[in-house]
Amino acid sequence: MENPQEKIGSLQRRGFWRDLQSLWQGLGLTWRHLFQARERRSPLHIADPNYFQQDTGVVTLTYPYESLPVPENGRYRLHNEIDDCIVCDLCAKICPVDCITIESVKATEEIGETSDGTKKRLYAPVFDIDLAKCCYCGLCTTVCPTDCLTMTKVYDFAEVDIKNMIYHFTDLTPEQAEEKKKLWADQQEAIAVAKAEAMKARQQQKGE
Amino acid sequence: MWALPLVLLLILGVVVIIFYAERKLSAFMQDRLGPMEAGPYGTLQFAADLLKLLQKEDIVPAAADKMLFKYAPLVIFASVLAGFAVIPLTPDLVPSGTPIGLFFLLAIVSLDVIGLLMAGWGSNNKYALLGAMRSVAQIVSYEIPAGLAILSVVIIGQSLDLQEISFQQGVHLQQFPGYAQEVNYLFGLKELGIDVTHVGGILSWNIVRVPLLSLGFIIYFIASLAECNRAPFDIPEAESELVAGFHVEYSGFRFATLFLAEYAMMLLVSLVAVILFLGSWNTPFPNMGPVRLADWTTGTLGAWSGNLWAFFWLVNKALVLMVVQVWLRWTFPRMRVDQLMHLCWKILTPAALVLVLIAAVWRLLMI
Ligand code: SF4
Ligand code: SF4
Repeated sequence: MENPQEKIGSLQRRGFWRDLQSLWQGLGLTWRHLFQARERRSPLHIADPNYFQQDTGVVTLTYPYESLPVPENGRYRLHNEIDDCIVCDLCAKICPVDCITIESVKATEEIGETSDGTKKRLYAPVFDIDLAKCCYCGLCTTVCPTDCLTMTKVYDFAEVDIKNMIYHFTDLTPEQAEEKKKLWADQQEAIAVAKAEAMKARQQQKGE
Repeated sequence: MWALPLVLLLILGVVVIIFYAERKLSAFMQDRLGPMEAGPYGTLQFAADLLKLLQKEDIVPAAADKMLFKYAPLVIFASVLAGFAVIPLTPDLVPSGTPIGLFFLLAIVSLDVIGLLMAGWGSNNKYALLGAMRSVAQIVSYEIPAGLAILSVVIIGQSLDLQEISFQQGVHLQQFPGYAQEVNYLFGLKELGIDVTHVGGILSWNIVRVPLLSLGFIIYFIASLAECNRAPFDIPEAESELVAGFHVEYSGFRFATLFLAEYAMMLLVSLVAVILFLGSWNTPFPNMGPVRLADWTTGTLGAWSGNLWAFFWLVNKALVLMVVQVWLRWTFPRMRVDQLMHLCWKILTPAALVLVLIAAVWRLLMI
């Protein structure tokens, strides 16, 4: 049995020839790599059986022209399927960096159903996610009751202007939003008028 | 008259080649790609870089010593350029064929350190000054082993004339004025009695003529790396650890000049190594019986063929050495300053001293 202590000692031993040998080995290493540069790794999916076999040659990918395929369930960019959103505001509340801005307008009646059968009663005139601030923690996607807020596998969404990193998901134009607000206000007014009249009628009845 | 433009052209041409090669080689050695976008395989990258440097603002710090600061790059480049004056490019073409060429070369190239100090002091920046001191300490130290290694060649060759040293290492030996009776023996030893004067090729190169000089070559080569601030001795610059050395305040064209001087220095030390140790402009192929390889690849002295072959061999040998410099740079980590001085004063200098001694004895055996 070799004494491990001795082995370490021999590794640490210094000496001119040993130094020379290791310098020479270093030169050999770079020289080998120089010639292996004739090979290039190809952009393989991680699931590919050859993924870990490409251990020689140039590893740099010429990125805009080629890129590594990402898994189907990659989670990079947020997407909101606004048709399924019930504007419950949960995502905005849980977001640690407050990058989701939601405004809501109540609808005069039920405006539809999400694909999982929840009733929708709110419009969202503003539903913005500032992906420049987002830290991609995924909390919002977890709390979303209707699973309409998801992360997609798109990872390349750099923008020249940072304002373009704010994603607008609303499906209402500003005019439509105004109209919905007015409809709600009118309805409230009508209810109030009706209530007042009913009150008056009751008081008159009492007075008689 | 036309030696200066020719030398400038040579420097620029070689710098372009080595600049591109350095990037590509370094990339390949580290499994990367190197320049790809500008021109086919990134060949126009140097032009793009040059344009970028030229259109940068020429900044002179307000508190700098303006004269020193502005003229330092000039002094550095001029001293390196002046070194080329005595380099024999071909048997016929040597810008200035002085009998004390080698001496002149060593002297004028040392002026470099004045330029470095000017740059460091003139910048009025403590980092620049420290960088300059480091560079100067390094260059002055390494001039000693380099000078001693060169001295051993001078002892063997008995000449300070670079052209004469060149002629000694090839088949044209007897054409040199006053050398009609000279004979090259194998390993320089007359006792062996093997006359290789007309065999030429690698057998008459100094490193084979006096095998001992291959040690001198190694010492000179290591020292020359330090002299031109190349890795693993590039602590004056150390771009990944320090801001930069003495040239931290320089921008634009002045910075480009400093870098050009560094690359010109690389070329100069390689040329000197080739001339002193690796047969100068002589072919590496020996004559073997009827196969007159040396004659075929040397051409006729004084004719076009002779000059072209000589230039071809000289530049290519220098390029090979420069590739080795690049190779070393991308293999070895940078040395610490104390390791640097240790190597210089405790290993290279004593070894070079012993070398000089043995060279003197060898010379006695040669006559
Ligand atoms: S992923 Fe996290 S940071 Fe981004 S919007 Fe959702 S909760 Fe906010
Ligand atoms: S948690 Fe889901 S349903 Fe609720 S507002 Fe956010 S995206 Fe819409």
